[in-house]
Amino acid sequence: MVGVALGIAAIAATLAMAAGCVLPERARVVWVGILTAASATAGGVAGIAVLAGSARFTANYPDLLPLGGIRIEFDALSAIFTVAAALVAVPASIYGIGYGLHGPSSRPVQVAYPLLVWSLMMVPAAGNVTGLVVLWELMAISSLILVLAEHQHNPEARTAAQWYAVVTHLSLLAIVVALLILAHGAGGESFAAMRSGAGRLGPGVTSVVFLLALLGFGAKAGVVPVHVWLPRAHPEAPSHVSALMSGAMVKLGIYGVVRVGWDLLGGGPGWWGAVVLIVGLASAMFGILHALLASDLKRLLAYSTTENVGLIFIGIGAAGLFASTGNRPLAAVALAAALLHVINHAAFKGLLFLGAGSIHSATGTRDLDSLGGLARRMPVTAATFAVGALAIAALPPLNGFVSEWLLLQSLVHSLPSKAVAVAVAMPVAVAVVALVGGLVAATFVKAFGTAFLAMPRSVEAEQAHESPRTMQIGLVALAGMCVALALAPTVLAEPLRRATVAVAGLSSGRPIHTNGVYLQLSGIQAGLSPLLLATGLGVMMVVALAVVRRRRVHHTVRDIPAWGCGRTLQTARMEYTATSFAEPLQRVFDDVLHPEIDVDVDHRTESRHYIEAIRYRRQTRDAFEQRLYLPLLGVVRRAGDAARRVQNGSIHRYLTFSLITLIVVLIAAR
Amino acid sequence: MAVPRVVSTRFGAGGEKHRHKPEHDRERAAVLNLVRKIIRVGRVTEPHDADPAPLEGVVAATADRLHGSVQVRQVDAGSCNGCEAEFSAAFGPVYDVERFGVRLVASPRHADVLVVTGPVTKNMAEPLVKTFEATPGPKLVIALGDCARNCGVFAGGYGVAGAVADIVPVDIEVPGCPPSPDAIVAALRQIAGR
Amino acid sequence: MSLTGTAVALLQVVLTIAAAPFLVGVMRLIRARLEGRVGPPIVQPWRDLRKLLGKDRMVSDNTGWVFSIAPLVLLASATLVAGIVPFLSTKSALDQVGDLFAVVYLLLLGTVFLSLAGLDAGTAFGGMGSSRAMTITAIAEPTVLVAIFALSVSTGSSNLGSIVAATLAHPATAASPESLLAFAALAVVTIAETGRIPVDNPNTHLELTMIHEAMVLEYSGPDLALIELAAHLRLVVFLGLLSNLFVPWGIATTAQPLQLLGAAVAVAVKIVVLAAVIAIVEVFMAKVRLFRVPELLAASFVLAFLAVTASFFLA
Repeated sequence: MVGVALGIAAIAATLAMAAGCVLPERARVVWVGILTAASATAGGVAGIAVLAGSARFTANYPDLLPLGGIRIEFDALSAIFTVAAALVAVPASIYGIGYGLHGPSSRPVQVAYPLLVWSLMMVPAAGNVTGLVVLWELMAISSLILVLAEHQHNPEARTAAQWYAVVTHLSLLAIVVALLILAHGAGGESFAAMRSGAGRLGPGVTSVVFLLALLGFGAKAGVVPVHVWLPRAHPEAPSHVSALMSGAMVKLGIYGVVRVGWDLLGGGPGWWGAVVLIVGLASAMFGILHALLASDLKRLLAYSTTENVGLIFIGIGAAGLFASTGNRPLAAVALAAALLHVINHAAFKGLLFLGAGSIHSATGTRDLDSLGGLARRMPVTAATFAVGALAIAALPPLNGFVSEWLLLQSLVHSLPSKAVAVAVAMPVAVAVVALVGGLVAATFVKAFGTAFLAMPRSVEAEQAHESPRTMQIGLVALAGMCVALALAPTVLAEPLRRATVAVAGLSSGRPIHTNGVYLQLSGIQAGLSPLLLATGLGVMMVVALAVVRRRRVHHTVRDIPAWGCGRTLQTARMEYTATSFAEPLQRVFDDVLHPEIDVDVDHRTESRHYIEAIRYRRQTRDAFEQRLYLPLLGVVRRAGDAARRVQNGSIHRYLTFSLITLIVVLIAAR
Repeated sequence: MAVPRVVSTRFGAGGEKHRHKPEHDRERAAVLNLVRKIIRVGRVTEPHDADPAPLEGVVAATADRLHGSVQVRQVDAGSCNGCEAEFSAAFGPVYDVERFGVRLVASPRHADVLVVTGPVTKNMAEPLVKTFEATPGPKLVIALGDCARNCGVFAGGYGVAGAVADIVPVDIEVPGCPPSPDAIVAALRQIAGR
Repeated sequence: MSLTGTAVALLQVVLTIAAAPFLVGVMRLIRARLEGRVGPPIVQPWRDLRKLLGKDRMVSDNTGWVFSIAPLVLLASATLVAGIVPFLSTKSALDQVGDLFAVVYLLLLGTVFLSLAGLDAGTAFGGMGSSRAMTITAIAEPTVLVAIFALSVSTGSSNLGSIVAATLAHPATAASPESLLAFAALAVVTIAETGRIPVDNPNTHLELTMIHEAMVLEYSGPDLALIELAAHLRLVVFLGLLSNLFVPWGIATTAQPLQLLGAAVAVAVKIVVLAAVIAIVEVFMAKVRLFRVPELLAASFVLAFLAVTASFFLA
């Protein structure tokens, strides 16, 4: 059954690409959307089947490529990531129909899109190095084409694509080197061979393999300090592609770290976990601080992806740390929290990017400071975006809360522990997770509040209309997923067990128990029932409403101006903007962020004491970009300039070079 | 702890400069002073008359619907601030109108009673109307002081739009220039019914 | 979820709602007495709520559904928390529904909705209040969770019932360094989250200094009643948490009516004592500048962090 579903996914994706090639513009967009959605559905079914208990699926195609064959190994860990990809891809494809009819509908885009979706689902299924590298590269190239989709009227997209191309290929290099060392030492390039042969590598070699893999996969996951491409590339892609990139593609980096580090290598010393944990803590803090200050909605969402990947890394790192101290049940809980967050983040970040796309296609802007009042003009987008915002802020009773709760439980119950590293790291981790949680809430109050509430701050926002029906379907489907994942986490207990067991280096046993509607953890005396929490909230709201309504003496007076302290004029220019909303927190974190603030004052010509206009601009530059990458690029450029001096176009000099080379070769070959 | 930092340099008989006490000493002294004052002064509120005079007609019906809870928003529509001084005295320790369930609030949306002072100037006429419209019913308006009732000495002034009653409907008038806190308390007690 | 457990939880919710406005009345009375005034009767907050329910509801033209449901969500979250927190008995039915983390995030849910409502009004002050409230909440969050961490280390659980039961079983832990440090940290957060001096001044009329009040400037009538009741409830919940997590004695361990009555009296006394302390301290203090508040919260975070460290090194 799994094999059949994966086959259908491949066939549907091929048909979609063919449709993207040959059909005329409108039909192309519609058919690509439908066929890609079908392909993703089939992929999702395969994943769910494995998670629900089907045996792992393996297949071998030895003659598919000239150098080596492709193996498929589809186990429960792969299935988690395939399901996460399918979860975003199905709604995003349907959404893409409406989005493409008004936007990116060119052939390259419509061909690359099904390829991206299919490769996203298949990367986790790869069972050997060749297969992984080929699928990985298909994914990288198709997403690169999609980032460039709007390059003709958006020069930013070109810069973004350059950064993306360079980072993604350098990361591929690291991955390939890591896997080749491992394959060489283990005596085979299939995952099965590597798993059984990894013991033959020395501890130094395995650590090198792990660090290279962490670098390569971490770059795809967008963690600090190799995240720089992410906040550039994700915003510039069409929104349903951004949803896929943030919801599914970065997860494959996480997949790679877990697969190589704790499955193929079978886990390592405690410091592996500590390194992943530290990377996660840094990414979470860095990501959310930049998201907090961003006023470009899609950039905000992209930075928030770095933050969420950071949270997932915290879970994985903590799991590694616990496993190395022998506390495997707790490691299983931490890993389960990370994997659940992979799925949850796919749902809500996909939703938020699709929502941002709706706003962008309705108003033509992503700048929060010129939006506002959209809740009334775009009710479906507003309601679904609100669900996504509450979910990402980890507020009960939505799905983000469940995975954050699991993560906190695993961190909190690590003490008392004999290991000093755990005792030092865990309070810091809890504090960071908590601070990040608070800042996420502030960030998304800002995003939702300034985009959708109050008065529109620009003409474009005032004239916005709700998106086409297909886009609404995509939004509603993902919002429904956020709610469903929140209320039924007990259903996920068994699939999560299967997935955690697949990671042999980390866990064993059953991390989550279910007791009716309650979620309970193994070895930890703590319970949660999101369903009952939601019911409780609902009942209390109804009771409160009933009490208020029972006293029918009051009237409701509508459509009066807001109380503006008696001012005669109340305009949207008096509203708090996204920039001003974040200002107090920016001041609190001034020392970390070093924002550049320009205040321009124009005086009137009559007198300096009368002011015509004041302009306030705030820009937060990425510290890593400024301090690490730009200097590095400078070095590369200087090296290039030096090389150009050697190659100056003079035929005489070239002949001299040839002569010298000849002499050197003759001496060397003597 | 925020205590006003009084920096005084006194010179002793021999012209020798006294050293400042360290700051925390001064703060502790200030807190102790306040404690001593609280104990020494005790309660300064004056006893009140038996019952407020009853209201009549529509105003009484409206006041009834407030059930003894009177939230007040004060609007200075152009006053000389004399009425404000007396009004704030009504909320001070001696008159303590809060014991009758009267409270000042920060927004007309929260208010039941608007207390308007001063002749309504041309610039304040529109804000006054807006404040009145922003107040949810049932609501009452008190014109506080002679200026509010009939423009007082400012009658006919070039910047004056009229008395309060010319701009918004007035339910209760409190005469006086300025009215005494007693009179203000009496008017508010009528509404509170206590 | 047993029947008696459900009954206890419901009883607790009803009692808390009934008592919360009185607590605010008591605090106002104490402040008035220290200021040399007679002060309002302690039923005054209830009178205010009753009157607000009968007033007009005003909805301005640029607000939407967020503005309308925010008071309901705020009150519902506070009420639900009032049912989860162990005031009367360690055997509350809602104990397994949510633990301390759930409590913290439920309260955050209320804050988020109120902040959104503040933005929805579209006025300058509403946005200002929202921005400040979210700032303070965001930087108070680490203190809360790390303090919970400290509490759960010694008991091995983040469930409220378990923490309380563990303290009852080992009374000495109540005076342990980690417990005292965590108490101090949570006390500072309580002040910040309930909007008391020196973080926020509930009696201020100057919009520029407001935090909580600025967000609700636009609410009137029944909506305002819900918000005020929720604010009262949150105060009781925070004070009740503080008292019963650290000084749980008196709480019922069964569901016998007599024991529950005793527990109700005990928790009421504890909460009133804490509230009195807050009211008295407020008389001696002024509100600090907004940008000094992070320093205060940072200090409380250090206390919480020390609490965890103490629980590890002194264990």
